[in-house]
Amino acid sequence: MKGNEAFAEAAIRAGADGYFGYPITPQSEVMEYLMAEKPHERTGMIVLQAESEIAAINMVYGGAACGKRVLTSSSSPGVSLKQEGISYIAGAELPCVILNVARGGPGLGTIQPAQSDYFQSTKGGGHGDYKMLVLAPSSVQEMADFAGLGFELAFKYRNPVLILSDGAIGQMMEKVELDEQRPRFTDEEIKNNTPWATTGKTKDRERNIITSLDLDSYKQELHNLDLQAKYREMEKNETRYEAISCDDAEYLIVAYGTSARLSQKAVDLLRAEGIKVGLLRPITLFPFPTAVIAKLADQVKGILTVEMSAGQMIEDVRLAVGCRVKVEHFGRMGGIIPSPTEIVDAMHKKIIGG
Amino acid sequence: MAEITKEELRQPENLIYKKTDLLTDKALSYCPGCGHGTAHRIVMEVLDEMGIQDQTIGIAPVGCSVLAYEFMNIDMQQAAHGRAPAVATAVKRLYPEKFVFTYQGDGDLAAIGTAETIHACNRGENIVIIFINNGIYGMTGGQMAPTTLPGMKSSTSPYGRDVATMGNPLKITELIAQLPGTIYVTRQAVHTPANVRKTKKAVRKAFENQKLNKGLSFVEIVSNCNSGWKMTPRQSNEWMVDNMFPFYPLGDIKVND
Repeated sequence: MKGNEAFAEAAIRAGADGYFGYPITPQSEVMEYLMAEKPHERTGMIVLQAESEIAAINMVYGGAACGKRVLTSSSSPGVSLKQEGISYIAGAELPCVILNVARGGPGLGTIQPAQSDYFQSTKGGGHGDYKMLVLAPSSVQEMADFAGLGFELAFKYRNPVLILSDGAIGQMMEKVELDEQRPRFTDEEIKNNTPWATTGKTKDRERNIITSLDLDSYKQELHNLDLQAKYREMEKNETRYEAISCDDAEYLIVAYGTSARLSQKAVDLLRAEGIKVGLLRPITLFPFPTAVIAKLADQVKGILTVEMSAGQMIEDVRLAVGCRVKVEHFGRMGGIIPSPTEIVDAMHKKIIGG
Repeated sequence: MAEITKEELRQPENLIYKKTDLLTDKALSYCPGCGHGTAHRIVMEVLDEMGIQDQTIGIAPVGCSVLAYEFMNIDMQQAAHGRAPAVATAVKRLYPEKFVFTYQGDGDLAAIGTAETIHACNRGENIVIIFINNGIYGMTGGQMAPTTLPGMKSSTSPYGRDVATMGNPLKITELIAQLPGTIYVTRQAVHTPANVRKTKKAVRKAFENQKLNKGLSFVEIVSNCNSGWKMTPRQSNEWMVDNMFPFYPLGDIKVND
């Protein structure tokens, strides 16, 4: 299956209640697959093509505020349009899954894959102090797995979960193992598990209000402190990464998503040359695997970050490393995917011989 | 005649009117003389009379009525500016058996939320939209709205709205009445007891339509904004009758029964 299709099928199987989207390349297969699959007949799941990305994310807000499992997907320019809604969702503490099958920018940019939305994904994107939990798949299997995991984490923390993929992962075809169908939430489960949800005020409870507004600055600061405490909790519990050939590594590559796949090949090529290189692949971009990178910084002589951008994640790597070893960036932009040999060359020039 | 004490007066047999329990006891944040309070009461009375408090989800806008959820004793969501019809769309699609309405002002519905309004109406979402049109941005201090009349002064049209440079007021209600998805489109007011009764009838009809899954009902309420218009409440109501009503005539615009 294509990555986009695997994600769509996995969302149905994760017991999603509603998908709201708007077409944009290279992620349109998500809604196309859902529409063709008629999930309403399979599980009762709603699929709606909205009039804009803005409407779609606000539909997600409305559905999430009802305690339902709802999601949307888009690509970079469309995700920019969603930022206002994402800020409201984070502020009102609503659970949802958002997929960004990223493409090159800025502006309309290109439809080819890129990783230049790292800052937008991990440093806010919209207004206000908030964080999304960001998962970065590097295979079609992870595109599928993260739909279900995304909902789990979203409901665990009452927080939006972003899956930051890219056009290569979204479009590539690989074998994938899918989970069994999970049932959608029953009304009883929604009442018990999400007692804050707007489902109609019954006599046995006070009315439920979903809002991000509090004009009382003192209370708004308390709300912000609560959010920050939640983000610290995510950092404690949810940091995910994959360490490949790191045990004896003298040099390290840090890369996620498509770049991680290519870097893994580069590690093989470098090891064939007799150079002990490891790969650290962040799976969560927020929370970022700071501690493990800090530890590896004591072990290796230099670190190369590989990103399909001008170098965004490198800032978090440098913060983790704290100037103890050299950290350099290699990347391509504009939708160009670096080759493993280019990465090998960059390691030689910028780190080993640099 | 003997003096009647307050205690004697407050007997159940003397009770001819009471505030619906669907309004909270919180003091309204609206300016004295504003039509929002009456509009709130009408909507809540209708929900109360239909006995659907436990099945209703309301969507509050951004604008003066951003805090509608403080006063309406029902489950509510506060939407981003202009996005209430999109939010309501999802709520209704996910809970088709529940009652869903938006409560929006003119800036929210007819400027920043134009796309969401038109597309929710065009899809024929089975919801109710309550649209308060007072021709001005009240919350932010009286700026020109999409419905500000030609020549009308506001803080961003201090010499009056010049349609040549500032555009024409948008009759969005007539516009959405053209769409096949709308079933009932009406324009009402709440400045006199007679109009209050008519508006209440219209709001009731809108929610009855939703109960019958007939499509989208849209109730515009032309209202005053005495503070934004820099008038006394009485002057503002007179000005509304003399100036707003000729441009925004009251009555049903579309009734598909």
